[in-house]
Amino acid sequence: MTTNADVQSLFPLKLQNVSLNLNEKPVLKDVNLTISDHGVTVILGHNGAGKSMLLKILHGLLQPSSGTIHWGDTNHASDQVRRRQAMVFQKPVLLKRSVEANIKYALDLPHSHSKWSCVELLEHAELTPLANRAARSLSGGEQQRLAFARAMATGPEVLFLDEPTANLDPDATLHLESLIQTASASDIKVFLVTHDMGQAKRLATEILFMRNGSVEEHALKEDFFNRPSSPYCQSFIDGVLLSNNH
Amino acid sequence: MQDIWQSFELAWTLIVNLNPALSEIVLLSLRVSLTATLIACLVGMPLGALLGIRHFRGKWAVTVVLNTFMGMPPVVLGLLFYMVLSASGPLGWLQLLYTPGAMILVQVFLILPIVTALTKQIIEDAWVEYQPLFQSLCVSRSGAVKTMLWDTRTSLLTVSLAGFARAISEVGAVIVVGGNINHLTRVMTTAIALETSKGDLAMALALGMVLLMIALTVNAMVFSARQRLPV
Amino acid sequence: MKPLLIKLLITLTLSAPLHSTYAGESILVQSTTSTANSGLYDFILPLFEQQTNIKVNVVAVGTGQAIRNARNCDADVLLVHAKSSEEKFVEEGYGVQRLDLMYNDFVIVGPQNDPADINEADNATDALSKIAAGKALFASRGDNSGTHKKEVSLWQATSIDPTTDSGRWYRETGSGMGATLNVSVGMNAYTLTDRATWISFNNKQQHKILLEGDSTLFNQYGVILVNEKKCPDTNSHAGQKFIDWMTSPEGQQRIAQFTLDDQQLFYPNAAPQ
Repeated sequence: MTTNADVQSLFPLKLQNVSLNLNEKPVLKDVNLTISDHGVTVILGHNGAGKSMLLKILHGLLQPSSGTIHWGDTNHASDQVRRRQAMVFQKPVLLKRSVEANIKYALDLPHSHSKWSCVELLEHAELTPLANRAARSLSGGEQQRLAFARAMATGPEVLFLDEPTANLDPDATLHLESLIQTASASDIKVFLVTHDMGQAKRLATEILFMRNGSVEEHALKEDFFNRPSSPYCQSFIDGVLLSNNH
Repeated sequence: MQDIWQSFELAWTLIVNLNPALSEIVLLSLRVSLTATLIACLVGMPLGALLGIRHFRGKWAVTVVLNTFMGMPPVVLGLLFYMVLSASGPLGWLQLLYTPGAMILVQVFLILPIVTALTKQIIEDAWVEYQPLFQSLCVSRSGAVKTMLWDTRTSLLTVSLAGFARAISEVGAVIVVGGNINHLTRVMTTAIALETSKGDLAMALALGMVLLMIALTVNAMVFSARQRLPV
Repeated sequence: MKPLLIKLLITLTLSAPLHSTYAGESILVQSTTSTANSGLYDFILPLFEQQTNIKVNVVAVGTGQAIRNARNCDADVLLVHAKSSEEKFVEEGYGVQRLDLMYNDFVIVGPQNDPADINEADNATDALSKIAAGKALFASRGDNSGTHKKEVSLWQATSIDPTTDSGRWYRETGSGMGATLNVSVGMNAYTLTDRATWISFNNKQQHKILLEGDSTLFNQYGVILVNEKKCPDTNSHAGQKFIDWMTSPEGQQRIAQFTLDDQQLFYPNAAPQ
């Protein structure tokens, strides 16, 4: 972890009886979780299972309707927690500026404590030749790499990725996956929402499988794929088309 | 028809000969309306942005009033400012009446609702897209406003042009607070009104064409600058 | 292009004078459109400004509005043509003293074919009666200006109230003399106008003077210094200089010299000082 001695650790992350209602509809139901700072937590599940909502609650973009969330000893409602995290959205929200300016924007935030310079971040995401291009003129894969590099520019301890490769071709997907692996290797905790089973197998340390707003299974990758706890999990892994309600 | 053709010839002669009386009027028109546009943008754009992202009680009422003021008849605003700036009015001590300063002031208030309302709409739309990012990055409200004002710069340039167009083309407000005084407060539109009242319709139309040429030049310059905005 | 644009913006905006850039003294004259539009001031003022170094700023509006503005202290000198209103203005203490300055006359203009035959009329009252009787179109200023007040007094002499037919043959434009003449020409109507505006009016088309020379059509211009007791910020000193010069033999001669198309527009008649 990049945590200094005088800064409290964000882990373990603890959710107790967390529920979320949107427009009077339950989206998350009584979620209880303990997650360590280790590796990549991949969140799987069908559309509407509550994966993205869980991610947003963890990042503090949404407040739970009930229940408590603690990052280490810190109540998650504080801005202090979010400043040590970053998020990459499914559809990247790039500023209408150059590639370089997008990264500098995050670097120049008062709470950024990135170890890397703009040049290093560009180089790492292989965007150096595109530094002066308009960010929104890039290809989908390049845009997502830029969003990733910009997230890294805040120097996060936790990274939330909401289906970052959903609209990318295989090459672009692999490219982004290698960036995710490097980040994880440098002790950044990664939460990844994906629909791509292969990606889950490639990247995950542990799997959070969600169904109808509840956590159906929380297990190490090997256990999840080799010894699924329920027939529902098994059919999901096998790629059987299932209705969320069955 | 003959009159119209005559006006074209006259407009051409006026421009080609760089008529000094005309250039004085043209320059004052540009000074007044550009200054008014600049001030209105400096005030109206941040204001519009704040209105765009803030939620408060009665916001709809503010929006409706603002949109209504976009249709404020210039002459009504002119009369209001005449009463305020008149020597017997509350701000008479400023001694602004019948000066270019008064004309700038009245035009600022004339186009401020346009600039503010259009900016509000643009920032509101941008906010839908940017809000999650700002929240994720813990960007302050003022930081968010600054970021969005820069990111919507091409749209805002068009907003400023809309404001400028309204300012340079209105006659009602400037003629009341400016007085159309020769060599002091005579601008293109008041000169056109004067020539019309003298029955010199060809000259009035020629001046109108010159005014359009100026507006064309300003628009072309802004358009070319827009192409060169940093990406 | 961009540096040029920025340079242009800066020079245009920052250099914009809030007040007049004129360094010396200046006065504000509230006057009628007839005097200003004819070009009288452009002809006589340079001489005065050169001799006294006083800049004269003229706001040309209808007499009614000019008096209103002067009542609000937005003037140093009032130069209009509605004697009774001017006298009232002085009586109420807004003006120091009213002086005769010059005169010309009103004329009735109309379409060349003269449908109401006012060319044959004995005088203005007769002409207006014929217009009313024939329900011929008549364009009125309807704006409480000096010319409008004169027109109203002429109608009073005929005992006809044309406003009962307003919108039918009697058309009130509510605008300045020039705008009303444009309307009059456009709809083939009769109109009362001062001679100076008519001579300098460029859009006569088929209109011409059909009645003139009646003594009731006399048009007297007066000049008044705004009273500093009512309006403390008034530049009385320079204003008085302007009035003194206008009524001096030199100023009066200059007024007489002003011609358009070889016609004299104003006849000086200030009392000798």
